[in-house]
Amino acid sequence: MDFVPSFALTLPELVLTGTGLVLLLLAAWGGDKAARKIAIAAATALFVAGVLLVPGLHFGTDGPATLAFGGLLKVDSFALFAKALIYLAAIAALMVAPAFFAGPTAGTERGMRAEYPVLVLFAAVGMSIMVSANDFMSLYLGLELNSLSAYVLAAILRRDTRSGEAGLKYFVLGALASGILLYGMSLLYGFTGGTAFDAVRAGLSGTMGTGALLGVIFVLSGLAFKISAVPFHMWTPDVYEGAPTPVTAFFATAPKVAAVALTARVVFEVFGGQVQAWQQIVMFMALASIIFGALGAIGQENLKRLLAYSSINNIGFILLGLAVANVDGASAMLVYLFIYVAMSIGSFVALLMLRGEDGELFETFADIRGLSVTRPAIAWALLIFMFSLAGIPPLLGFYSKFVVFQATIEAGLVAFGAIAIAASVIGAFYYIKFVKVMFFDEPAGVVTGKSETGHWVLLGLTALIISPLGYLLTPSLTDLADKAARSLFIVLV
Amino acid sequence: MIGIEHYLTVGAILFVLGVLGIFLNRKNVIVILMAVELILLAVNINLVAFSAFLNDLTGQIFAMLVLTVAAAEAAIGLAILVIYFRTRGSIAVDDINRMKG
Repeated sequence: MDFVPSFALTLPELVLTGTGLVLLLLAAWGGDKAARKIAIAAATALFVAGVLLVPGLHFGTDGPATLAFGGLLKVDSFALFAKALIYLAAIAALMVAPAFFAGPTAGTERGMRAEYPVLVLFAAVGMSIMVSANDFMSLYLGLELNSLSAYVLAAILRRDTRSGEAGLKYFVLGALASGILLYGMSLLYGFTGGTAFDAVRAGLSGTMGTGALLGVIFVLSGLAFKISAVPFHMWTPDVYEGAPTPVTAFFATAPKVAAVALTARVVFEVFGGQVQAWQQIVMFMALASIIFGALGAIGQENLKRLLAYSSINNIGFILLGLAVANVDGASAMLVYLFIYVAMSIGSFVALLMLRGEDGELFETFADIRGLSVTRPAIAWALLIFMFSLAGIPPLLGFYSKFVVFQATIEAGLVAFGAIAIAASVIGAFYYIKFVKVMFFDEPAGVVTGKSETGHWVLLGLTALIISPLGYLLTPSLTDLADKAARSLFIVLV
Repeated sequence: MIGIEHYLTVGAILFVLGVLGIFLNRKNVIVILMAVELILLAVNINLVAFSAFLNDLTGQIFAMLVLTVAAAEAAIGLAILVIYFRTRGSIAVDDINRMKG
């Protein structure tokens, strides 16, 4: 077998893996003193890997030429779109980390650990494999590479009880999810006779037996765990609250993109011939996530916990696009994903900037009372992100919801669209609570500390994307998303 | 004669035991780690049984991959458990409660 085309297709992953291995050695050699340089090198590698995606993204790639390693991986436009988002989110997670770990909130060990950037790199490699998987074996490999790095990242503050607890909870429930997913895969293998996506698809055609149907349900449940869709969402608030904030920002973005992309690929490419078997399940998860995400966030005092429920809520809208089960729905889902990533990074960076005089971090509503007086810039940025998450018109968050609802209603699923719109009104309640607390309450006056330049840059950038100026991006974004969505529906066999 | 359905039944029983072990156990996190291994074992039994039944090697290769990943997963789980025990001094499931809501 000629490996050169396969290596050419997986060049971004090879760059990331190579850099990751070298940096791991450097981390062992140089210790935590070298952490900052390692983070810069890791971010550079992610940037280079991202640049390598540009030609394929611009021209669009699909067809047999995208298959690598004998059909184990499929590097089409859809995979490239997801990878670009993942690398951007990983770079953001690296940019915000040093300042956080240098602060007193990071516990007794000051300074970033040298392993942090290396783990983010390996997680990015795992996610790249996930989104381009074309076989259940490569799917599982990528998923575990990502998950195992993520468990360690959640627990990276070794002397902090909350971080350790987050790591433990994430590990137990993540391992359970992998087990459920694997069990489904083993059933699908047994009842269809293959692990390659096209073989399973061929085996699933016609009337589906109980065994194969069980396999589909187990696989969908395992994936729902990974994207934290209701009813498999219970780990999310605890993990988001306990993990260090830069790690939470990472969890809320890159792995979500990877898992959603993976789910989309599995439902369209593997279960594509049996839409009626999964459409109801995905639709139920979508609506339940929207409703529970909105209701659960009410009454939360911790802002990270609140953003966890907000992410469950957003995943619901993304799944709504998926449940439409056509090209428009998938394209709307990808547009929503991009805007969701920008909004999430922005809100978590804003949380990271809520520092006190000595650099300690604040994360409850009580601390941001009257923030508009003490730190007006952060307050206004948070206002933009919260209004955008609530879907209030001039901001880009409205556009993302709009395209999803449009796809839903055009596909004739009016009732579901109506339920989702009604539930998003509930969600607006707690997003607007931010504004009430920040602008109309007596100042608490605790958030007075300085913020790092890197944080300001990210905050400004994401706020700019979310602001009405972001609509200038939408034509090219829609174009890319359309290309990516179309490549999902091409059946090679 | 032992057929495929017997292997699948064993696999299903092990899987259910593993899931119950995670949700019903109130004592010790180590038991949860064992339950996770039990789930992966159930998957392996399924894969190998199907592989033999279908006369297809893919399932056995998959089982080897699962074994390898299970080892890595157990190593990371135990490492996280150790740092958790260092800060809290307990690994009882009921004590994992610093965050609620």
